[in-house]
This record gives sequence, structure tokens and C-alpha cells, in this order.
Amino acid sequence: MITFTINGLKASAERGTTILEAARFLGFPIPTLCHMEGLTPYGACRLCIVEIGEGENAKLVTSCTYPVEEGLKVRTASRRVVRARKMILELLLASSPQSKTIQDLAAAHDVRQQRFRQEYEDCILCGLCVRMCKEQMVAGAIGFRGRGEDRSVGTPFDIKSEKCRLCGGCIYVCPVCQLRCTYTEPEKAICGGCANLSPPCIEKDRFNDIMCYMDPCVACEIKENEE
Amino acid sequence: MKTLDVQNIVKKHAGNAGGLLGILQEIQVRYGYLPQEALRIVSESIGYPLVDVYGVATFYRSFSLEPRGKHLCSVCLGTACHVRGAPKIYREFKNHLGIEAGQTTPDREFTLETVNCLGACALGPVVVVDGRYFPSVNSTQVEEIIEQTRHGFDVELIRGDERVFPVEVSCHRCNHSLMDPGYLLDGYPSIRVTVSFRRKHGWLRLSSLYGSHRVESEYEIPLNEVVSFFCPHCHAELTGPTVCAVCGAAMVQMIVRGGGTVQICSRHGCKGHLLDVA
Ligand code: SF4
Ligand code: SF4
Ligand code: FES
Ligand code: FES
Repeated sequence: MITFTINGLKASAERGTTILEAARFLGFPIPTLCHMEGLTPYGACRLCIVEIGEGENAKLVTSCTYPVEEGLKVRTASRRVVRARKMILELLLASSPQSKTIQDLAAAHDVRQQRFRQEYEDCILCGLCVRMCKEQMVAGAIGFRGRGEDRSVGTPFDIKSEKCRLCGGCIYVCPVCQLRCTYTEPEKAICGGCANLSPPCIEKDRFNDIMCYMDPCVACEIKENEE
Repeated sequence: MKTLDVQNIVKKHAGNAGGLLGILQEIQVRYGYLPQEALRIVSESIGYPLVDVYGVATFYRSFSLEPRGKHLCSVCLGTACHVRGAPKIYREFKNHLGIEAGQTTPDREFTLETVNCLGACALGPVVVVDGRYFPSVNSTQVEEIIEQTRHGFDVELIRGDERVFPVEVSCHRCNHSLMDPGYLLDGYPSIRVTVSFRRKHGWLRLSSLYGSHRVESEYEIPLNEVVSFFCPHCHAELTGPTVCAVCGAAMVQMIVRGGGTVQICSRHGCKGHLLDVA
């Protein structure tokens, strides 16, 4: 057994447990994107970062790939972690705003702006599909090709793979394939809709007498508070 | 492409866990590209998933999945060349050859590629064709460069003495011609390479007459000494992964103009060689 502290709490875990597993077991939430139980950790999305060490030596590591160590001091939501995490989400939004998973994560972590050049990538190279195909479906039909800017996921030679068993596992795990609700402004990176809790009736006076069937409605509550 | 050839290449690397790169390199040298069929055979013979073999093959720039043209034109689009108008030069090449970067003309003559800095920024915009540097290129020169290449530089250079030489070889990495029309051996332009052995480093000239074993070198090479061969232009090691059938020393590979490779034994005095014209 290895003993360590996590957010000030003394804890212990089996050797080989990752910080993520330990934290989740103890009830400290850590957001993840490229992690999935049953697939080898990959450390691609960096969303699961936590801070370890103290003072000068404190550093950010990805908890899904970092095994607990004796005497390790982990902080899962320090100011530094939160800031870095928001930045990562902002970058993810910049590349794939159409993904519901990313939108939900951004909303849940209070990301309210996207300051980078907007792109509409259909893959964030998280590698979930590749691992799914290889490890769970034992097919090995798809993999990474190329490198740098040209890196992509697909079948060898871009032709239909004879290994693929058409199970759909790759599509099932993909965080980008699932489209988000685009609300009223499909072009906007942050949808600003339901999860951000700012329906148009708040700002726009002309919606004052709008017929609304939502009850209770957050917008109405906010308005009441303001009055 | 012959299945047996590929299998032989694979067999040579058998038992070597990191052998994939070596295998792919050898196939690339042999065919000038990685044929789809070859990758499938490699995957099957070494029991490594095809996706991963394909992943490695597409990762490195030195591998090509398409047959390459006889001439390689690299247009530098690095920062220094860019501000000096390289994009215009590149467009010019595209227009003249009718292909995009990374593609080969249908007649298999030219392959066009862009590079990010060749380390000769002061000469920008730089274009390299078959290992030959063209400095401060302007767009009107592009057509000329292409035409000259089509003709063959060496033919151009030794025009007038109307000689044809039996083998004309170039470096397998930079494709720069290794022929030296200024130094004749057996009455023909010699093949110039750089050799190094026992801390000595100097030129070596081989007769281009296939079958003649005449060599001249800057330093006296002891008999049976195995020496390292380098390209005098890009300094790439010419010694390849294959070994001599006669003495077991490493073979030196060079590309034969017009397709194919020639291999000679790197041991001084050994007459092992292999000509493989496609
Ligand atoms: S559908 Fe094909 S590519 Fe996707 S996980 Fe299944 S076997 Fe792999
Ligand atoms: S296709 Fe989807 S699951 Fe696969 S790497 Fe891209 S984003 Fe991840
Ligand atoms: S979940 Fe850890 S890096 Fe993606
Ligand atoms: S930028 Fe072209 S040689 Fe450096």
C-alpha cells in the first residue's frame, strides 16, 4: 500500500493505481476526455491535470497516466490547475466547438470565452477510437497516420479496412462525433444556451412577455432577483 | 514488385525487435517508394498490425507511399525564403508541372515538394533540384530550371565531348549526381564519393564503366580495409543495410539514373557488386 495526501486528505492505494483512479475512488472529481475505463491511459487531452509536489517543485501532471507515489501531495483543484484546465478547454473549443462533450465540459468549468482562431476540426486526436478498436474490439482497423499538423486517424491507405467488423465502437466513444445543440447561433464557439444559464429573455427586453413553459425557469429567477 | 524480394528483406531483419524501420528503409531504397503490397507483406511476415506499419510509414518524411519522379524539386518555404517571395516561386513550379507539393507528374519525371528552410537563408529564395542548389530564384527562371533538369545537367555539362557513359549514379538520399565529368577514369567521367577509414577522410573516384574496378583515392587504402562511403554533397552515409555476398561487408548503395540501384562492396579489393536496373 502506498500512502499519499490528496487535497490535504491522507489516503492510501495499491501500488500502480493512477492518481485519477484514487481521486475518483475518494470522491474528488477530475474531468477527463481521453480516458475511458477498459482502455489503456493515453494522456492526450491533458484535461485531467493535477498539481503535485510543493513550492518550487510543484508541477502539473496528467492524473490518468501518473501512478501514486509514496508521500505524494496531490491537489486536484488548485488555482493553477483550474486556470490551466480552463485554458485547455478553451483550446479544445477553438478546434472542435461542435462537440457536445467539449461544450458540456466547457460549460461545467465556467469557460466563457474563446479567444483563439476558430476552427472546426472533426477530430481532436484523443485516440479513444484507436484504442477502442484495438483493445476492446480486437480489430486494429484504424490508427494514427502522419504527424504534426497532418496527423489523422483512419484506415491504412484510406481504403475500406478488411479488419473492421463494423461494430461502431469507434463512433460510440468519439467525443467529437456527437454533435451539440447549436442553439440560435451555430457559429458561436460557446453555445451560451441551457448549460450556461443565460437565456435571451434576460438581456432582451422585447422577450419580456414571451410565452414560456419552463417552470421553474432560471431566467425568471435571475430577473426577479435583479428587480 | 516481387513478393519474394520483400520477404527476403524481412528475413534479413528477423529477430530484430526494432527491425521495422530498417525493413521499410530497404524497401524504399529498392523501389523508390513503399508499395502498398509490400507494406501488407511486411505486416504479415513480422506480425505487426498493418495500421501500425502504415502509421510508421506515413510518419517519416523519408518514406514515400507514391512512386517518386526521376527528379526531385524542393522549394524552400522557410521564413527567410518566404519573405523573399518563395510562395510565388512555388506557385510557378505548380503551374509549370501541373502538380501540388508531394505529388509526382504523370510521366514520372518530377516530384515537387516544399521544405521549411534548407539552411541557406542568405541565398533565398532557394530551390533544390536533384541536390543542386539554385539561389535567388525568380519566377522567370523556373521554367528554365525545369527544362534544364528534363534534359539532364550532366548531359548539358559534358555536351561537346559527345560521350555516353554506361552508368550514371546519384546519391540515394539527396539524389545529387555523383558523376564527376572533370575527372576521367577509363576515359569516362568518374563517380566521386567521400570515404573515411582509420581517421582518414578524403575523396575516392570509381570508374563508371560497369565491370571495371578501377578506383583512385586521395589516401592509400590498405587492401581488405572496410571503408565508409559518404555522399560528397549531402554527407549521407551511402553504406546500406545489405551485405556483400562475397565477403560479408556492408554494401554501398547508389541510385542509377533511369531507375534501379547499383551496390558495391565497401571492402577495398573485394569485387562484390550488384546491379539492379528497374
Ligand atoms: S467499427 Fe471498425 S474501426 Fe470502428 S471500432 Fe469497430 S472494428 Fe474498429
Ligand atoms: S476520431 Fe474521435 S475518438 Fe478518434 S481520435 Fe478523433 S476525436 Fe478521438
Ligand atoms: S484524461 Fe488524462 S490526458 Fe486525457
Ligand atoms: S528559409 Fe529557405 S533556406 Fe532558410
